[in-house]
Amino acid sequence: MVFAVLLVAIFAFFVIDAAFRPAYDWPAVGKYLFDRRISMAALVTIELTVFSMVIAIILGVILAVMRLSPNPVVKAVAWFYLWIFRGTPVYVQLTIWGLISLIYTSIDIGLPFMTPWISFSTNAALNTFTLAVIGLALNEAAYMAEIVRAGLLSVDKGQEEASVALGMSWSQTMTRVILPQSMRVIIPPTGNEVISMLKTTSLVTAVPFSLELFTRSRDISAETFNPIPLLIVASIWYLFFTSILMVGQYFLEKRFSRGVGDRQTDKSDPAAPTTGAITGVVPVVGAGQPTVVLPPKTDAPGTTGDGGAR
Amino acid sequence: MSATTARAATSVDVPMVLAEQVTKSFGSNQVLKGITLEVKRGEVMCLVGPSGSGKSTFLRCINHLEVLSAGRLSVDGELIGYRESNGKLYEMAPKEASKQRRDIGMVFQRFNLFPHMTALQNVMEAPLRVKGLPKAKVESTARDLLARVGLADRADYYPAHLSGGQQQRVAIARALAMEPKLMLFDEPTSALDPELVGEVLDVMKGLAKEGMTMIVVTHEMGFAREVADSLVFMDAGVVVESGLPSEVLANPRHARTQAFLSKVL
Ligand SMILES: Nc1ncnc2c1ncn2[C@@H]1O[C@H](COP(=O)(O)OP(=O)(O)OP(=O)(O)O)[C@@H](O)[C@H]1O
Ligand SMILES: [Mg+2]
Repeated sequence: MVFAVLLVAIFAFFVIDAAFRPAYDWPAVGKYLFDRRISMAALVTIELTVFSMVIAIILGVILAVMRLSPNPVVKAVAWFYLWIFRGTPVYVQLTIWGLISLIYTSIDIGLPFMTPWISFSTNAALNTFTLAVIGLALNEAAYMAEIVRAGLLSVDKGQEEASVALGMSWSQTMTRVILPQSMRVIIPPTGNEVISMLKTTSLVTAVPFSLELFTRSRDISAETFNPIPLLIVASIWYLFFTSILMVGQYFLEKRFSRGVGDRQTDKSDPAAPTTGAITGVVPVVGAGQPTVVLPPKTDAPGTTGDGGAR
Repeated sequence: MSATTARAATSVDVPMVLAEQVTKSFGSNQVLKGITLEVKRGEVMCLVGPSGSGKSTFLRCINHLEVLSAGRLSVDGELIGYRESNGKLYEMAPKEASKQRRDIGMVFQRFNLFPHMTALQNVMEAPLRVKGLPKAKVESTARDLLARVGLADRADYYPAHLSGGQQQRVAIARALAMEPKLMLFDEPTSALDPELVGEVLDVMKGLAKEGMTMIVVTHEMGFAREVADSLVFMDAGVVVESGLPSEVLANPRHARTQAFLSKVL
């Protein structure tokens, strides 16, 4: 109790002090908060986050399925990918992506060691925004793969068996039975990854890409020689976005914990009618990522999967 | 078209299930060592045997959830999982294999209902997705099936809110929704509290009476005696003894059968 009062007192003192401390330069904060350059940069940050996450999720699902493959070569490739991308700092990876045109001066499409059919300069094909997205996405895919893998493994083996025994194809089994149930395990950490990605975009200055929120704020303050208010402005924008994401995550988690999960065997209670809290079918979310899942062992490609949600 | 020729060849005397020297190994572990048996149309066969004798594995071979190591298996005159051409066997594409599975219903010890779907949705899923039948028709059939297993009033319940016995009856309805010609039961009552066993066995008895061909792995000797047309005792991957349930149960000829029955009876 005393401790709480003390905390409040310290906090109040800090706020009042900050309000009058000239270095914070609150009028400048107000001026730049809705500066067009800043709001455009905030938009770019969102774009980087969305593009990178979408690619990372798709790639993560593929890698997760590869890791569960019975084929040792496929498994090893996935393992190697994770080893590289999880074992090196993302800042270093982004820097390397920025220098990719020094390593591979041209992108050639054709057979190895032959005159390529198509060839174009790396610099022309990949601008810094694209490189930033690639860098962020490939790094993130390694983490998403682990999340998706944990989700797929969390579903009881009997579910796949029951589905297959009913005559459902591998892709139907995945989209209708396995993935909807693994969502409960996949969604919460994925929400964390989105929030984390939003903040990681501030590192793309390593590429160097300079139009996102943090680097743009730094560039503006380099002209005004007034760095503190612009850092506050950037932080306010980041906080605004992460707060929205946290609220969204809260509702998604609530939604996906329904019906699924409390798997009982025989000792269940025959009473307990369905309440209003449990309704509907768990939809398959995301940008169609279930449909890119590749069969680990059996199924022929292009089967009858209908993409899930009704 | 091959399906129709197979069907045309089907006459009343073709057995529903014909297993010839079915062998299955997991690595160096030979689990099935040449199972040969026959189940006639409309017959109920009970399969008993100690744990690890290969009963589940044999059932899973029948709908190609496991690939045979050797031997051949046909259901209703149609070779399971393989295509025969010029005297050689070729493994089927997964798509063809799932087509064969549609006609074979399977009920599991642990029910394996889809927990994110209601009882009704569980029953409707396969006819909708696999057969692509119109929804209204599928729903009315599904409701009829739930009524048939005594669960008309539980259609909108999620599995988590059903008792084990109710879940297993939904699972039976789900398998029946595909209108199978053969039903496989793998210890359907072993995970149930004793007082819930009866309701599931009653549903199965009803099915048998209606002429469904069934293979039932079970330890319920009372059910075997009352319902089954034949009883097969398996041990260590071989069929040790088979015959009329009343005879096998009353006068087991082999020592292994006697030892096993003395434990379960
Ligand atoms: N996928 C598998 N991989 C390796 N071994 C397996 C596999 N499935 C089953 N086995 C082995 O095959 C043997 C027979 O198993 P099976 O489940 O068919 O026995 P069961 O007669 O059904 O026994 P229970 O009464 O315990 O269910 C066991 O020794 C088991 O360990
Ligand atoms: Mg078994």
